Amino acid sequence: MLCVQVVVPGLSIKCVRVGGVEIPNNKRIEYSLQYIHGVGRTRARQILCDINMDNKITKDLSEEELITLRDEVSKYMIEGDLRRFNAINVKRLKDIQCYRGIRHIQGLPCRGQRTKNNCRTLKGKKVAIAGKKKK
Amino acid sequence: MTRSLKKNPYVANHLLRKINKLNTKKEKDIIITWSRASTIIPTMIGHTIAIHNGKEHLPIYITDRMVGHKLGEFSPTLNFRGHAKNDNRSRR
Repeated sequence: MLCVQVVVPGLSIKCVRVGGVEIPNNKRIEYSLQYIHGVGRTRARQILCDINMDNKITKDLSEEELITLRDEVSKYMIEGDLRRFNAINVKRLKDIQCYRGIRHIQGLPCRGQRTKNNCRTLKGKKVAIAGKKKK
Repeated sequence: MTRSLKKNPYVANHLLRKINKLNTKKEKDIIITWSRASTIIPTMIGHTIAIHNGKEHLPIYITDRMVGHKLGEFSPTLNFRGHAKNDNRSRR
């Protein structure tokens, strides 16, 4: 079976694989599904709605339920495919040298946000500039 | 907010006229334009369009991958060359 069970004497860790490499743990499925790249709160809820599944704890799922869950998850673009798809789109912008592409190269926000302060996600940690004093 | 499909992509009339003229003559010439808001449409592929950036016209060769973008996206209006070096010494 696809269920991986690691049995260490006196301690058993059960991992469930959904959508390729994902290993959500012993949380409720709605939340453990969100460990998959490309599945967030909305999509996790949507998946459960579509297959009419109760929000059980992941380790309590039966084999059949897991199979239906895997089928449902595989309908969406997740993980590597999604990452590749996004990378291709960004690369296209960079290649044609349009404004958004240039901003991607510079590592700055490309949707018109202010850059005087904030946007630390893209710019990284603050770097102190010597000789810049407040008045 | 996307533009209504029924209206088709926006291209300035004067630009469209120039491109149609070049296409019928099957010529390639640099088209100078100030219309940065015009969308790049498939008929423009292969032309070189010089797009105004507020100061000068930057010639851009239009390829098929640029279709759907606006002309202005390819001619940056700001050219940030890094911060000026500290000139504290001169002030003292």
